[in-house]
Amino acid sequence: MDKLITISIIMATLRISTPLILGALGGVFSERSGVVNIALEGIMLMGAFGAVVATYYTGNPWIGIIFAMIVGALTAYIHAIVSIKYRANQVVSGTAINILAVGLTIFLLRILFNVEGTSPSVKKLPQWFIPGTDYAFNPIVYIALALVTISWIVLYKTSLGLRIRTVGEHPHAADTVGINVYKIRYLSVIISGVLAGLAGAHLSIGEGTVFVREMTNGRGFIALAAMIFGKFHPVGAMAAALFFGYFEAVQINLAGLIIGGVEIPSQFIQMLPYIVTIIVLAGFMGKSRPPAADGIPYDKGER
Amino acid sequence: MNKKNNQKRLLMQNLKKQLIPVLAVLLALLIGMIILLIAKRNPIEAYIALFKGSFGDLSRFGDTLQRSTPIIFTGLAVAFAFRCGLFNIGVEGQLLIGALVSAYVGYYVKGLPMIVHLPLTIISGMIAAGIWAAIPAILKAYRGVHEVITTIMLNYIAISLLAYSIETLRNSPIPKTPDILDSAKLAKLGEFLPFFKDSSVNIGFVLAIVTCFLVYFILWKTVLGYEVRAVGYSPLAAEDGGIKISKNIIYAMIISGMLAGLGGVEGVLGLKHSLVSGLYDGYGFEGIAVALLANNNPIGIIISGILLGSLSSGGLYMDMAANVPQDIIKIIQALIIFFVVANQIVRFIVYGKKKEVLL
Repeated sequence: MDKLITISIIMATLRISTPLILGALGGVFSERSGVVNIALEGIMLMGAFGAVVATYYTGNPWIGIIFAMIVGALTAYIHAIVSIKYRANQVVSGTAINILAVGLTIFLLRILFNVEGTSPSVKKLPQWFIPGTDYAFNPIVYIALALVTISWIVLYKTSLGLRIRTVGEHPHAADTVGINVYKIRYLSVIISGVLAGLAGAHLSIGEGTVFVREMTNGRGFIALAAMIFGKFHPVGAMAAALFFGYFEAVQINLAGLIIGGVEIPSQFIQMLPYIVTIIVLAGFMGKSRPPAADGIPYDKGER
Repeated sequence: MNKKNNQKRLLMQNLKKQLIPVLAVLLALLIGMIILLIAKRNPIEAYIALFKGSFGDLSRFGDTLQRSTPIIFTGLAVAFAFRCGLFNIGVEGQLLIGALVSAYVGYYVKGLPMIVHLPLTIISGMIAAGIWAAIPAILKAYRGVHEVITTIMLNYIAISLLAYSIETLRNSPIPKTPDILDSAKLAKLGEFLPFFKDSSVNIGFVLAIVTCFLVYFILWKTVLGYEVRAVGYSPLAAEDGGIKISKNIIYAMIISGMLAGLGGVEGVLGLKHSLVSGLYDGYGFEGIAVALLANNNPIGIIISGILLGSLSSGGLYMDMAANVPQDIIKIIQALIIFFVVANQIVRFIVYGKKKEVLL
């Protein structure tokens, strides 16, 4: 067991969890306002790509971060238009975003850089040391942790947060007291895009120097799972993201793990976050209830 | 007189509604052209190459039919669940489980004649996929868990199971399982139709077409289909009419899963003859586009399946002949989905009216 909690595993857990935390926070904003956002996966991918493109052309990874957030916001905006203005099925719209992101990023890799699956190498984000230690993370890790607190304050201590939550629970009541349901939902979905875009930047220029096709590899969906596991709450989402991140971090150490004389294959350890999510959803580990109006398009004229 | 006018208007509106998928495809192709122009590629050249690549000669046409086969199955799977008001985003995983189990049965069950082994392999793949789909169905019916998240999770579990099976069964440097026995293979159509002899289209395609009609029959000519549609149309009204919601949710998901599983079975028995990693990646999601485009009509799925299949099967040729990245196809697919689900955009662009009553 001594191999399962070491400094290097804790460091790896934080690094691996960062995009999950950011994605899950994005999910919290979007779903709290009543818009299901399975597009997180695609938005993250677009963010990762945007970060590399901007860094490539400017040589400055900070501009890469900003551009990733802009690309994330724009991608989320498409989801918002289709699902809020045109009241389309939000899951279908999210699926289309995910397909679009995969296609568009690979297409643009060829058009911009004339390469097949991996972008040219760009400048990486700096590593910031934790004061007084030899341990360092890229800035997005710290930003993500700060954003957990900020999101909590915004959602629970400001009138904007109250509006977001009200719109997700009972849009008609919110409308009656003069809250613009559409505006709040647009804003929330765009915030989720900014956060997921930032998560993408962490993957491409935070942890590496290149964009690789389909590099998010399901992290957007795990972030979604973390959001549910965390009961649609920023702090809960972070805890769940750290939990999932930990399992990925210890996978290497768990390879060859023997329980009751049987060696557990690594693929089964990979399944763990998904299995845990299903168990949680089924209500066997505390019920996670989505906002009442989650996934239902709002129609002002309908009563 | 007034009544006649009314009928005429309704007929026109109905016609406009039927035209939505066609217009959605045309608009998506148009935007694809604009993207290609921005990317400094010749869109006309690209689309001609795309057409040649999928319909240029009989063997290419056969390959297009093969490419359409799995997405006809996944399209049927999505449509069947949709009819019950369920969104089965898990077709991806159910397809893989179907493929996985048929690869095991096709390789390990030995000494049976084809007439027994082939149906056994197909049915076991189908049943396994049906059971896989039953998990989210039972959770939805009895614990109220939304099927979208559970099926996404099950997709990733299926991917890991596939990776595990390939790693433990492989007997060569190539990441694939051993070939299935001849008695479990779906014959190529070229064996019966000489003009298809160079193409990969197999009996699986015929099976897909037959399944489309079968699903149509189930949905509109049986009590089960009636109940499934009633639940999808209005769960509460159906319940008032004495139809059990939970039972129908479970049946609809299991049938949906079995249909998705057949897509994977065709991949193993008809095309690859073994379990290969990355087999049919994304075909579940393509099925969503196929189903939406056909308005969840099983017969329409034959057309939409072949249409989307032809876009993808011509992609590689277009890539080589016109130097256009074949991933433009994915972009066009996504646009088609957007335009079908947000069809007011199409109405606005084509008919110039902001809102239309009665649609």
